[in-house]
Amino acid sequence: MWEYAPAPESRDIANLKPNYRMFVDGKFVEGTGEPLKTINPATEEVLAEVSTASQSDVDTAVKAARKAYDRVWSKMPGSERAKYIYRIARQIQERGRELAVLESLDNGKPIKESRDVDVPTAAAHFFYHAGWADKLSYAGYGPDPKPLGVAGQVIPWNFPLLMAAWKIAPALACGNTVVLKPAETTPLTALVLADIIQQCDLPPGVVNIIPGAGDVGATLVEHGDVNKVAFTGSTEVGKIIQRQLAGTSKKLTLELGGKAANVVFDDAPLDQAVEGIVNGIFFNQGHVCCAGSRLLVQESIADELLEKLHARVSTLRVGDPLDKNTDVGAINSREQLTKIKELTESGEAEGAQRWTSSCPLPDKGFFFAPTVFSNVSQAMRIAREEIFGPVLSVLTFRTPEEAVAKANNTPYGLSAGVWTEKGSRILWMAQRMRAGVVWSNTFNRFDPTAPFGGYQESGFGREGGRTGLEAYLDV
Amino acid sequence: MAAPTTLPSALADAVRDESSLRRFLHGLPGVDQVGVEQRAAGLGTRSIKKASKLHAIDLAISMVDLTTLEGADTHGKVRGLAAKAKRPDPERPDVPQVAAVCVYPDMVKTAADELKGTGINVASVATAFPSGRSTMDIKLADTRFAVEQGAAEVDMVIDRGAFLSGRYGQVFEEIVKIKEACGNAHLKVILETGELVTYDNVRRASWLALLAGGDFIKTSTGKVQPAATLPVTHVMLQAVRDWKTQTGELRGVKPAGGIRNTKDAIKYLVAVHEVAGPEWLDPHLFRFGASTLLNDLLMQRRTQLDGHYSGPDYVTVD
Repeated sequence: MWEYAPAPESRDIANLKPNYRMFVDGKFVEGTGEPLKTINPATEEVLAEVSTASQSDVDTAVKAARKAYDRVWSKMPGSERAKYIYRIARQIQERGRELAVLESLDNGKPIKESRDVDVPTAAAHFFYHAGWADKLSYAGYGPDPKPLGVAGQVIPWNFPLLMAAWKIAPALACGNTVVLKPAETTPLTALVLADIIQQCDLPPGVVNIIPGAGDVGATLVEHGDVNKVAFTGSTEVGKIIQRQLAGTSKKLTLELGGKAANVVFDDAPLDQAVEGIVNGIFFNQGHVCCAGSRLLVQESIADELLEKLHARVSTLRVGDPLDKNTDVGAINSREQLTKIKELTESGEAEGAQRWTSSCPLPDKGFFFAPTVFSNVSQAMRIAREEIFGPVLSVLTFRTPEEAVAKANNTPYGLSAGVWTEKGSRILWMAQRMRAGVVWSNTFNRFDPTAPFGGYQESGFGREGGRTGLEAYLDV
Repeated sequence: MAAPTTLPSALADAVRDESSLRRFLHGLPGVDQVGVEQRAAGLGTRSIKKASKLHAIDLAISMVDLTTLEGADTHGKVRGLAAKAKRPDPERPDVPQVAAVCVYPDMVKTAADELKGTGINVASVATAFPSGRSTMDIKLADTRFAVEQGAAEVDMVIDRGAFLSGRYGQVFEEIVKIKEACGNAHLKVILETGELVTYDNVRRASWLALLAGGDFIKTSTGKVQPAATLPVTHVMLQAVRDWKTQTGELRGVKPAGGIRNTKDAIKYLVAVHEVAGPEWLDPHLFRFGASTLLNDLLMQRRTQLDGHYSGPDYVTVD
């Protein structure tokens, strides 16, 4: 037997500090909210204490953003704004290893993902949007599109740095200033990004980062001087925000939950489809709003595909997120682990057939072995509700029409996948599936040039690409 | 067309006649280029350290088919290679022997004499290597000569022209006949993937060679670029894995050409481990066709044990 020796990335690279403070008006300041302790979900040890914002801190941050907007940022030529944004992108690359290790410590995701996906894609978003800053007149939104003002942004814990980049980069490129609240369980990389922003000499107040729990986010989006709200997170909270904002002049974009269908036809490239299914649901422990959590497979190949899938999932290495050979890391929080367990129990109770990888799990920390449910029907909770964990539900179909009907039979509509060697069928399916993103013969690929966003309960508005600029322009 | 071994009924049907064979090969699932290359690159990021690295280096040494296939080969050169095969690192007797020495047919006897009783096989290329452009009689005579001279393994080339023009039956018959001519010698079937170009072709040619009785499927002659690549090897490893699922038989894979250093060799071993499975981590089922790789493995082995790198002056050049 050939066992891979542990190959951990050094945690010293993260440059972890015992205390982190919020970033307001160009300075790191103590928040007056109750400080929070952020933990390493792989070991349950406390990583650092982070000061949080109180209601008055939120107000201070918004005022700083307003002042920076009025006096500096909205008046600055796009070509000048671009210089700052390029600088941020380059600094993210410079400090890529530090950010990757810190992200894995705080979030629990495997280092190979934070290193190869999160950090490079975050830098790519700043690079891409820096390019737009002086070309907004040619974006198709009129001869001289104007920014909106102060953007209040609330982001989730699944891609802490990357979501911050998705939110901040287009806002800055379009001339807005930002108050961003990172997630309660993963505030650290956003605060290192704040450090980068400070070192890049961004004018004070252009970006403000205020950690805290949901109440801080609520105060921020309700604030009277915020012109634009961007939220990524659960559908439940998204609905609350939409209700709060109804009747105000604030512009809103929401990127919420999903229950994506990954549709595999009998002529699919099977080995690569298996890879895509695995990547679709086990990437980032399944903590992905666009995860391919429902596998719809054509009945004629279901047994063969399932056999290959079980064999492949058995090779996934679950464990220490800092080990370079780890494929599936830690679940982000105990709360989330409890939710995953509860939903998988409902799957068994409702009669689906459970298969769980026999991979060893660490003794400490929040871990969940990759799980595949077969014989799932549309009526079961595991086919309808977002699990947000490494749990796949397998359903079957017989005809393309049935595949479309089942794929669309969900209140969500964020993403979908089609696997077939037939090009015409890909286009036929893509036209009919109600999902913001349809991947063909691949899954979970992200690029700043491609707009991302949902239908129905998955939210509205797009992020990325030319389309994504609209959310931050007065059009 | 006669199936060389007793095949399960689904596969026996596939080799009934030329049109069945074509239907079978064209009915295999396609290979998505982007997907297989992404997977190969992803697995290539595995970090193999310490004891697992040393184990991998020794395993890789024991899988090397130490090769010289030059027009300039002489008996002296082959004898030198045989000595290297027996004692890869003369100062370190615990270094495993390589699996085989691979030469042209006229050099087989020299190599066989040198390697008698060592357990190291002599492999010979045959069938008008590397192009395969000759008559069947000559290819058969070439094979028989190599075996008579003492080759325990024969590396044949397929007729890529016939394959690319869709004459799968002809390629199949040739492999079957060469396999017969091999007698007890093991047959490695070189697909020359650099000339087949597409991954779909690689998958079809792999299955064709397995159906016709090849003990190993081998990527390349080393005379055509690109030679072995990781994604091509992935596709071939998938083929032997699926062959085992369907027949219960274990067949081997040999990437050849272009694997020059330890880092690359370990990437291949990771692919063997995770795509085919741990049971393929065995010189009977996986080989490296290489000449310069061995010395890099030896240098890295010393680095692992001594804690520092000593450079090429401390390994023998043969």
